[in-house]
Amino acid sequence: MPSYKMSGSSQPRWLFPFVATVIFILSVLPLARLAATGFTSALRGDAGQLLADPALWDAALNTLTTSFLGMNAAVILGGSFAILLTLFDVRGRAALGFLFMLPMMIPPQVTALSWIGLTGPSSTLLKAIGMAPPLGSPQPLYSIGGIALLFGVQHAPLVYLAMRVGLLALPREGVEAARLAGASWWRVLLDIVLPLAMPGLVAGAAIAFVSGVGNFGIPAILGIPASIYTLPTLIYSKFASFGPATFSDISIISALITLLAVGGLSVEARVLRGREFRTIGPSGQAALFRLGPLRLPAELLLWFVTFVILALPFLALLAGSLAPAYGVPLTAETATLHAYEEVLFRQSVTRTAFANSISLALASAFGLLLISVLLGYYIVQSRSRMAGFIAALAEIPYALPGIVLAVSFILLLAAPLPVLGVSIYGTIWIILIAYLSSFLAVSLKPVVSAYRQLDPSLEEAARLSGAGFYRRMRDVTVPLIAPAAGSSVILVFLIACNELTVSALLWSAGTQTLGVAIYNLDDSGSFDLAAALSVLVVVMVVILMLSLELMARRLPVGALPWRR
Amino acid sequence: MAPLILNSLEKRFGSGAPAVRDLSLTVQEGRFLALLGPSGCGKTTVLRMIAGFEQPSDGSILLGERLLADAATMLPPERRNMAMVFQSYALWPHMTVAENVGYPLKVRKVAKEKARQKVREALSAVRLDAYADRRPAALSGGQRQRVALARCLVTEPDVVLLDEPLANLDRHLRQEMEETFREFHARSGATMIYVTHDQSEAMALATDVAVMSEGRLLQMAPPEEIYARPEGLVIGGLVGQGSILSLALPRTSSRSLDWPSLRVALDGSVAEGTEPAHVLVRPQDVLLDDAGLTGRVTSSFFEGERYALRIQLADGQSLRAFSRQPVRQGDAVGVVLQAGWRL
Repeated sequence: MPSYKMSGSSQPRWLFPFVATVIFILSVLPLARLAATGFTSALRGDAGQLLADPALWDAALNTLTTSFLGMNAAVILGGSFAILLTLFDVRGRAALGFLFMLPMMIPPQVTALSWIGLTGPSSTLLKAIGMAPPLGSPQPLYSIGGIALLFGVQHAPLVYLAMRVGLLALPREGVEAARLAGASWWRVLLDIVLPLAMPGLVAGAAIAFVSGVGNFGIPAILGIPASIYTLPTLIYSKFASFGPATFSDISIISALITLLAVGGLSVEARVLRGREFRTIGPSGQAALFRLGPLRLPAELLLWFVTFVILALPFLALLAGSLAPAYGVPLTAETATLHAYEEVLFRQSVTRTAFANSISLALASAFGLLLISVLLGYYIVQSRSRMAGFIAALAEIPYALPGIVLAVSFILLLAAPLPVLGVSIYGTIWIILIAYLSSFLAVSLKPVVSAYRQLDPSLEEAARLSGAGFYRRMRDVTVPLIAPAAGSSVILVFLIACNELTVSALLWSAGTQTLGVAIYNLDDSGSFDLAAALSVLVVVMVVILMLSLELMARRLPVGALPWRR
Repeated sequence: MAPLILNSLEKRFGSGAPAVRDLSLTVQEGRFLALLGPSGCGKTTVLRMIAGFEQPSDGSILLGERLLADAATMLPPERRNMAMVFQSYALWPHMTVAENVGYPLKVRKVAKEKARQKVREALSAVRLDAYADRRPAALSGGQRQRVALARCLVTEPDVVLLDEPLANLDRHLRQEMEETFREFHARSGATMIYVTHDQSEAMALATDVAVMSEGRLLQMAPPEEIYARPEGLVIGGLVGQGSILSLALPRTSSRSLDWPSLRVALDGSVAEGTEPAHVLVRPQDVLLDDAGLTGRVTSSFFEGERYALRIQLADGQSLRAFSRQPVRQGDAVGVVLQAGWRL
């Protein structure tokens, strides 16, 4: 009987090299390339011209302003929803919570388009009800305020989620003890509940700020027509007017974006220092406060806000997609499905976009499934310190603003690949690699939490039964993590299918994605086609989210980003 | 099959004190060894090294002539032909009871009809024939335990490992399962290694008991021997009931002590040529007899079949004793120590 060196570990010998290679290609290499270009251009003094350009500082200021204002809007919206839906006896909490989460998964360019359809002189919806402002008056959303407002709507779910975690961890006993100590409901809320919810609020605010800094879709659609640039859209415009300084310019702007994001996160860390409250004792059963006579008004307010931020823009989008032409009043007679016919069957651009996005999303989802199942196994099973380091590296690309990641891959892959001598720049493969890198963390998270919840003796029992690595993966481990793996496939598909930021920089003729197609259609004035495409996207998002919601009971805790 | 030999086994995790150090023992084929010790003494680590889930840092593990593991080489668990009952049972929730039990056969590519036959036999041995098509989630704790046992039964393993298998069961079920384990051992003839912190479980089941403390093996012997002649203070305190007295004994005295020599030592009348020693006195060897030394009852509990007493002697040392007649706290009693064992 032969013996094997070090085979007491449950991992096959190729697993670590595989994991290391994947992480090197998807995380280390692009980031190192970005840093290298940034440094060399700073050393060569190429940065001087860029840094002297007031447009850069305008864009930086715009980025800060919109992100900060948007963060405040998100905190007000998300915070009040979190408190009302988590702590009070509002009816229909599950439905409201799900609807409130929707904007998070709807692509930002679609959010922006739908709000444009809602306001301004040519809004089909306003025209249909005779409330449109006179022609020639400006579109109010083409402004700093408009961008900030939509940042708020888009990122409110992030604040909601972060706060909910803290509120749910509040043990019922803590509230009951305070009541027995003689505190009124109101005092309990002020003295016990809200202080414990603070860390969640701050964390949520920081995520909302950082997401605003990296957002491309909203300022692209609302800002560029009014010549309001933020840093991500500045990168896009620099890239559109390609010149010899482009590479060094975009790497420096990327560094600036990263700095702003890191700045936001370090403010969070400062605020949270010394405020880490670990609740002791059983939790999960949130205390419910009674609203009494205020319940109905509160419910009406919640539904009204949900209607305004979700239903109205969608109706506007729908109206815009059914209108015969942009600005023509929509009535039962003039409504037409022409735009849908056009995007689904006629326009080769949108049909290619559909094919590209769906195949990219499928390839990313299943490619990442394979990677996550192996990488997750390594991270959970391996006892070495290396595992924690690799897990952290896997997170970085997702934490970075998408536009920065796209720039890294451009810098990395602009030249032909060494040894092979082929260039994948301008092909669909560069988008695929960027997607794999960007969504690795999304796919990995449900799988890792499923592995962590798995009793290790289940696999050990299979080993003693005589099953080798492949055998027990097939018979025991994979079937047990299948629900989580399934949710990670759907999640990645959902996000990749609607992605704009990365593909906006990486596409070229023939490789446009759905996000790019929507943006380009709107940019070229075909609002009805862009709206029709957006409606289809929203319908797809809702269907996929609902199907995940139905799986939720079989998924590990924390698998779905909108359910924590 | 062949004896299982652990040879100066050592296991270190990180930089702390080793979890297991210099542990050597041999389990003859077909024996039932209980690894007994308080939690954290390293017994589970030893079991996991035997199974192949941990690699020894030093020393070696052999099955007969065959090297299973040392610090450099290691046979993976899947090639050791061992089976294990885990504390959590480790049943695969997505397979039925029959699939769980039959999995080792499926992996070994046993012909379908033969495998079905073996699964049926194993399930009937643990009296679960009627549950073959259920999922583990639909079974009670004791039934799950029996499925795990049946899974060990099917492949005729060289060694069966049991990791605190009764820890999650209630007292009534434990007794029933102890019976099942004994039956299982008699039927299979496999070498069994059983980890537990419960000394009565170890005594009741095993042919040999190995007591561990702080990573070391203190003593390995049949249960009767460990009970009657424990080596050292730790085992004396751990195995069976009893009280340990500190006495000055003549250097020449034997380890097994009778009443006259104990009486002399307790009186403190021997002064020449003595050394301090610890003496274990079992409660059943403490007789209430007015002819003996006087003591005071500090506590008395009715246990059902008898009273359990604590008696304080004149020098302040405490004894445990039994009494069939009711004795009240505070009563003065005379005690005779029939036997003692120098640790």
